[in-house]
Amino acid sequence: MIVADKKPIEEIIEEIKDKRKLLVLGCNECVTVCEAGGKKEVGILASALRMYFLKEGAEVKIDERTLQRQCDLEYLEEIRDVADQYDAIVSLACGVGVQFTAERYLSTPVYPGVNTCFLGANEDRGLWTERCQACGACILARTGGICPVSRCAKRVLNGPCGGSTSGKCEISKDTICAWQLIIERLKALDKLDEYEILSPIKDWSTDRAGGPRKVEREDVQQ
Amino acid sequence: MKVKTPSKLEKVLAAGHFAVTSECGPPRGSDPEVVIEKANLIKDHVDVVNITDNQTSVTRMCSLAACIRLKLMGVEPVLQMVTRDRNRIALQSDILGAASFDINNILCLSGDHQSFGDCAQGQNVHDIDSMQLIQTVRHMRDEGKFLGGDDIKRPPEMFVGAAANPFADPFEIRVPRLAKKIAAGVEFIQTQCIYNLDKFEEWMKLVRERGLHEKVYILAGMTPMKSAGMARYMKNRVPGMDVPEELVKRLAGVPKKEQAQEGINICIESIQRLKEVEGVRGFHVMAIEWEEKVPEIVESTGLYPRPEVD
Repeated sequence: MIVADKKPIEEIIEEIKDKRKLLVLGCNECVTVCEAGGKKEVGILASALRMYFLKEGAEVKIDERTLQRQCDLEYLEEIRDVADQYDAIVSLACGVGVQFTAERYLSTPVYPGVNTCFLGANEDRGLWTERCQACGACILARTGGICPVSRCAKRVLNGPCGGSTSGKCEISKDTICAWQLIIERLKALDKLDEYEILSPIKDWSTDRAGGPRKVEREDVQQ
Repeated sequence: MKVKTPSKLEKVLAAGHFAVTSECGPPRGSDPEVVIEKANLIKDHVDVVNITDNQTSVTRMCSLAACIRLKLMGVEPVLQMVTRDRNRIALQSDILGAASFDINNILCLSGDHQSFGDCAQGQNVHDIDSMQLIQTVRHMRDEGKFLGGDDIKRPPEMFVGAAANPFADPFEIRVPRLAKKIAAGVEFIQTQCIYNLDKFEEWMKLVRERGLHEKVYILAGMTPMKSAGMARYMKNRVPGMDVPEELVKRLAGVPKKEQAQEGINICIESIQRLKEVEGVRGFHVMAIEWEEKVPEIVESTGLYPRPEVD
């Protein structure tokens, strides 16, 4: 899923402190699962903002709404009738949802209420970690199912680098060396001999380097 | 191994001599005298001098410009190049720039993570990795072609090196990793600083078992300790470094003002011991900000005078 983290409330206030009619708009998908932008967090942020304005002596109207998905036109249409009644929308969706909302409602400013972090998984209660950088050309088949593009600090395709110590990355003792994991996994699969196959220079044109990407599927369009 | 380039380092090694290399870190400024002074301290006692590429990710004068300084004063440089800061366009371009000054040695590295340096908020590039950089230089040299496939007019003639860390984890792939670098086309190796001689010798034994010592020239990395404090720091803080406790104790066991000389003595003893290890073809003496000690180390280990080759 897309993992997001809360934005410091001071940053949000800085953007909307002059507004008087606000919609805090949550999303029921990834940001709900990672507890950054679902219905619960919409309620918490709306309450915190009301308290801020109350303290400032400002009269405001802050509404709460959570859509099934902000990255889906069908669900975004649900606020068609009300969107222009607000001075601003604070979207707690990921960066995709914020932008999609802004694209649909051109005359209403839409501000991000979370920081979108990465594609990751829930490893433990309150702990999300990165697993994928969406490079557009998956190499997991030859790296024992562990991704060096997203999990190695140098995205080394023929690792580990010299900085791997006791299974940890040189950047931090809290960061596992992805290549340590790859080697352990190749061993478990009895495929350690594959370690010596050189990984070729990667085509990054399917990554961010190639410019904004799109997936266009004729079979779906028909 | 047949000589393939005009590199002096390659010729020294091919002639069967122990090679001696050293390195200079470029200054954090534009004064060329710093490079010239450091090189003058060591030039008669080593075959070639590595110039580091923004080591520990601290911004410095570029390796290529400092290499050209060496070249202009008649000292043969080894251009260190990390994949952290440049994509494949810039890497190939700098290789050609170096080749235009007849710089004939390159050391291909990934580079320390930028979080260690003065631009921790910067991006890293890592378009290709150090093994792929080895492949790239060999491709440019041997095929005379760019990665994109076009012909290179006057291809680079570079002797291609890389680093190896016999002490990094996991140990079991340390030798396969060397084999992989050889398959990528590496011709010489400068190892991480060696303090744990037993472990290094164990690694060399495994290297010999696979016959890798006959496919690549291995230069043992040596860095003299200046003090017990430095030894402790290297032991505890520097990633991938293996400093045995006995070594720290030996340095700590002599009075502070004699620790530097003790560090030199340890370095000399280590070189004497490793000269006997089959497959060790030379020494990379990295006396960090202590270049003036290189002549003493080289002379005391019977590696002076340096051989003449043409």
